[in-house]
Amino acid sequence: MSAIEVANLRREFRVRSGLFAADKHVIAVDDVTFGVPAGGVLGIVGESGCGKSTLARLILGLLTPTSGSALVEGKRLFALDRKARARLIQPVFQDPFASLNPRRLVKDIVALPLAAQGTFTRGEIARRVATILERVGLSAEMGDRMPAQLSGGQRQRAAIARALVLEPRIVICDEPTSALDVSVQAQILNLLADLRRDLGLTYIFISHNLAVVEHVASEVAVMYLGRIVERNETDALFRRPRHPYTQALLASVLTPEPGRGVPDVGLGDTLPDPANIPPGCRFHPRCRIAVERCRSVAPAPMVGAGGAMVECHLA
Amino acid sequence: MSAPLAVQVVPAAAASRIGKAGFVIGIAIVAVVAAAALFGNALLPADPFTQDLGNRLKPPFWMDGTESAHPLGTDQLGRDYLARLVYGARISLLIGIMTVIASGLIGITLGVLGGFFGGRVDDVVLFAITTRLSIPVVLVALAVVGLLGSGLGLVVATLGLLLWDRFAVVARATTMQVRTLDYVSAAWCAGASTAHILVKEILPNIASHLAVVATLEMALAILLEAALSFLGLGVPPPLPSWGLMIAEGKDYMFFSPWVIMIPGVALFTLVLGINLVGDGLRNLLGTERLR
Repeated sequence: MSAIEVANLRREFRVRSGLFAADKHVIAVDDVTFGVPAGGVLGIVGESGCGKSTLARLILGLLTPTSGSALVEGKRLFALDRKARARLIQPVFQDPFASLNPRRLVKDIVALPLAAQGTFTRGEIARRVATILERVGLSAEMGDRMPAQLSGGQRQRAAIARALVLEPRIVICDEPTSALDVSVQAQILNLLADLRRDLGLTYIFISHNLAVVEHVASEVAVMYLGRIVERNETDALFRRPRHPYTQALLASVLTPEPGRGVPDVGLGDTLPDPANIPPGCRFHPRCRIAVERCRSVAPAPMVGAGGAMVECHLA
Repeated sequence: MSAPLAVQVVPAAAASRIGKAGFVIGIAIVAVVAAAALFGNALLPADPFTQDLGNRLKPPFWMDGTESAHPLGTDQLGRDYLARLVYGARISLLIGIMTVIASGLIGITLGVLGGFFGGRVDDVVLFAITTRLSIPVVLVALAVVGLLGSGLGLVVATLGLLLWDRFAVVARATTMQVRTLDYVSAAWCAGASTAHILVKEILPNIASHLAVVATLEMALAILLEAALSFLGLGVPPPLPSWGLMIAEGKDYMFFSPWVIMIPGVALFTLVLGINLVGDGLRNLLGTERLR
């Protein structure tokens, strides 16, 4: 049983390109379909600008989709009001310096999802906030501080406490560790893993850090220019990547040995432009094994055994 | 292209010391004027309205022929100038504060709504701001006061309805900045109401910018009131507004220059003090932005 089921999600942006030029259409998220089993962790990886953060904002309701649907526990996510949606799904953002209101006490920040529901008494809210602060490794006394009095790691713990205080089913982690010191990253990742196990949560974990995704995800989706081009269980994807883009991404990880230099993955220097998506397979201009067919015919998703999916003529 | 970054006319530490001194001086000036406005007339023996035609145009204490009962001399009707100056401070501050409250309410509401919702709402707000900016403040104030008669309430209402544009522009721009921050997104995802997001998440984080605007608008309102009173269309006599005192004294300025000098210096000092406070607030804000 899937905790969340996203189908054919699509979002276009219209970009003004000047007084006389025609508006451009940027397709940030194009026909994205995936499901995450309850208790699973779906890692979403891709370059900057591939649409992974837009995908997160669509699922969270911060953006409205152009088309598509998302089901959580059989409820249509995009038809729910904000309060009902908040009970199902909560975010943890990248930068804990930006995600906590600098003018409010930590306990008020953490209590906001409860207070917004309007069904909890003051005592109930205070009790739950104290419990969740303790659960994420902050003392209840830290609730009386301002965010500026907390370290980066403590702030991210407070942000996690806010996400979990309403006991949602799904947590969307948008690069939750990339703004933190390396020493703190592991603590936060372990905390997230513990919380998932203890509370039975489902994560959608967005990152550009492949090592982190390999560590936390049970399944990985690779996005390129708004589409999921490959999806597989973590072990299988890292052991035998099938899409040439996935292969290039994995090859781009720096080796721990110094002196080997930056690996050449054959992707070229030009970044893809979401306003100008190439015809055929959208990856073909950067693909080293592209053939004539790739330039004209878009590959259909090929679903294999165990739900593995790849979009490539040659895979 | 690569100019050395270290070039600064005034070293940063010295500049910040000068800025701090200005802030302190500004607060001191405003505090003294506010104290005079609140308690001055209770402490002074002289009444600002009592005329004494036998004692007209007595000079202030640093000139010859001073009456000890009138340290700042008397005006053309023999009224005590210190008592009138102190009462005038009350009028100036009252008009400044009331105008800032009225224009702040209008401007901040419009600006925050436009900045937060964007789209059509923002188009309406921008149109209102543009319309307001195309209206000459002094002309409209003159017309309104000329049509409806002068009075304290009318001056406040007119200025309040005319001086909200800077509040709206600043509130709109800062709201647009703040609304894209993750803590606003997080409050949205937490299911918080739009009212909560506007009042509790956005407003406290733009308040410091608005405080700077408030000081500028207050100084401007005080000057405009003085200008209107000078033209005889502001506060009606015998209320001693500083602008009215200058207007009443201008016929005697060649032989008794202090009658316009004293309220003029008072006006200049108060507006300078308020602007110093505004600058100080902006500097405090600048360091705060660095976290």
